[in-house]
Amino acid sequence: MSWDWEKLKEQQQGKKVVPPQMENFIKKFPKFNLPGLPIIIFILFILYLGSSIFYTIGVDEVGIVQRFGKYISTSQPGLNFKLPAVIDKVTKVKVRRVYKKEFGFRSLRVDDKQRLSSESESDNVSLMLTGDLNVALVPWIVHYRINDPYNYLFKIREVEGLLSDMAEAAMRLIIGDRSINEVISKRGEIAEEAKAVLQAELDKSEAGLSIVTIEMEKTNVPEPVQQSFNEVNQAVQEKEKLIYQAREAYNKALPEAMGEAERTLRVAEGYALDRVNRAKGDAARFVALYQEYAKAKDITKKRMYLEMLKDIMPKLGNKYIIDANQKNVLPLLNLEKQIGAIKNEK
Amino acid sequence: MKNRGIILICCIITLLIILGSAFIVDETEQVIVTQFGKVVGSPLKEPGLYFKIPLIQVVNYFPKNLLQWDGNPGQIPTLDKTYIWVDTFARWKIVDPVKFFQTVNNTTSALARLDDIIDPAVRNFITSYSLIETVRKSARELDTFEIGMMENKKYEFQSSFAIKTGRELIMKGILEQAQPKLAQFGIELVDVKIKRINYVTEVRDSVYARMIAERKQIAEKFRSEGHGEAQKITGEKERDLKRITSEAYRKAQELQGKADAEATKIYAKAFGADPDFYSFVKTLEVYNEALGKDTSIILSTDSELFKYLKKY
Repeated sequence: MSWDWEKLKEQQQGKKVVPPQMENFIKKFPKFNLPGLPIIIFILFILYLGSSIFYTIGVDEVGIVQRFGKYISTSQPGLNFKLPAVIDKVTKVKVRRVYKKEFGFRSLRVDDKQRLSSESESDNVSLMLTGDLNVALVPWIVHYRINDPYNYLFKIREVEGLLSDMAEAAMRLIIGDRSINEVISKRGEIAEEAKAVLQAELDKSEAGLSIVTIEMEKTNVPEPVQQSFNEVNQAVQEKEKLIYQAREAYNKALPEAMGEAERTLRVAEGYALDRVNRAKGDAARFVALYQEYAKAKDITKKRMYLEMLKDIMPKLGNKYIIDANQKNVLPLLNLEKQIGAIKNEK
Repeated sequence: MKNRGIILICCIITLLIILGSAFIVDETEQVIVTQFGKVVGSPLKEPGLYFKIPLIQVVNYFPKNLLQWDGNPGQIPTLDKTYIWVDTFARWKIVDPVKFFQTVNNTTSALARLDDIIDPAVRNFITSYSLIETVRKSARELDTFEIGMMENKKYEFQSSFAIKTGRELIMKGILEQAQPKLAQFGIELVDVKIKRINYVTEVRDSVYARMIAERKQIAEKFRSEGHGEAQKITGEKERDLKRITSEAYRKAQELQGKADAEATKIYAKAFGADPDFYSFVKTLEVYNEALGKDTSIILSTDSELFKYLKKY
């Protein structure tokens, strides 16, 4: 802002002051000789001084003031004064702005041109060796702020270069101590650790920078290997699926079998009840009968026998009554035929 | 008129002399004043305004702040004969500007010296350690595989990635080797760091192939584990089914046996009162049930039923 202002002043001088000066020079020189020239030079000098004494500092920055190269003060946002140009110098540093540096993205490759040998090898910022000697793709973003403008300006030449070198070294140190699985799954942890390591290194070299956050982008394995990594994930799913299917079959068969077992038990219980009850019934019946029989044994026995005969005689097929004296009756009977008839019926 | 001109000229000359003799040392700089190539006085390390004899004395500026050196990435074989690209960087500063001025003169040639000293040191260290030592920094246990890796195999696997030295110590070693050699140039090496280590292209391809094979094997393991697990569950199912049915059978038999025993007891108790009578009753029952229309009966007139048929 103040630069523009200075330029504006200079332009104004150019337009308005110079033409009169030329006129003066031509017209007044023969008459008054010197008096006009020093005055004009003096006015110019004052204007120049004025323009280099005032300067403004933006809201998000501070000004580092150096007198004859030596740091003397830090000026805060607003309009400020200093001694003229040669003596005092102000450098503005944006201390509130959060800067961003990306690693492992396409955009970085342009900055990387300083590499002299073998572009293709050093291009791959995001390609890293993991602790189990695999290769991982790890892109990340560093957000940082200038927290000590004095250190930032004076302690290190090419702070930006140092930051990117340090960030890469720190990230690789962390990744180098992780397995490929951890690199892919524990991004938060890695970001935290990388931030701590990087901040410690920056503090050690007094870079005047403070890391706000380190963001891990999508960590992955190199393209040719991705397919096989997906395959592992698929296999895990497949394994789960097989197990669930087996469980399903288990869950399907077991309750049914348990129900069936329960039924078998109930049937057995039923049988037991039936058997005992029947026995009790039979026993009670017998006992009752016996009690009466005991009172008149012979007659009861005879009655029962005859009752039985009465019951069965009508059911019987052929009945033969033979005189007790007839000794040889068997030849008369055609038993053979009878047996054959039974067989035929069957 | 003439006097004025002379005064003006004198003024201009004086101004030129002042301008020629004054010089500013910035916060980031340090200065040696030389007179005909010879160093005059001690180096000026504090920033501020200084004066010298114009024309005769010359001011030599050197950076005071931390400088950077970027190593030449090169192919280096490790102890286990793997070719890798190693990219290093170092931070250094000029601590003794007089020595620096006398030996290397400027930063460009200083960088060449750093190349000459640090690069071989890096090469020495990388070649005398195995790759894993330069990659890892601690011997912490890696979480290498997903769940289900066999325990004893896991141990073997872990031990192949165990380290004794680690990257941090190697970097420290490089620094310690290079540092004393640079002291003679008035340079202090603050630290040397490995920025990148990568496989060379040919090795990388075979590493990819290995990674793929490794993954495939893990995938296969998972699949087979899945099948195994499923078989186990199926086995469990069979076993549980058998157990359940057989237990049910056993219990049923027990119950039935008990009932039978109970019934037998009841019968025995009841019928025991008169076994003859029981036998009589039961026999009658049997006759009643066993004889039917298929039965032919031959009865003698002696029999109980027909004895009256003959005579009474």
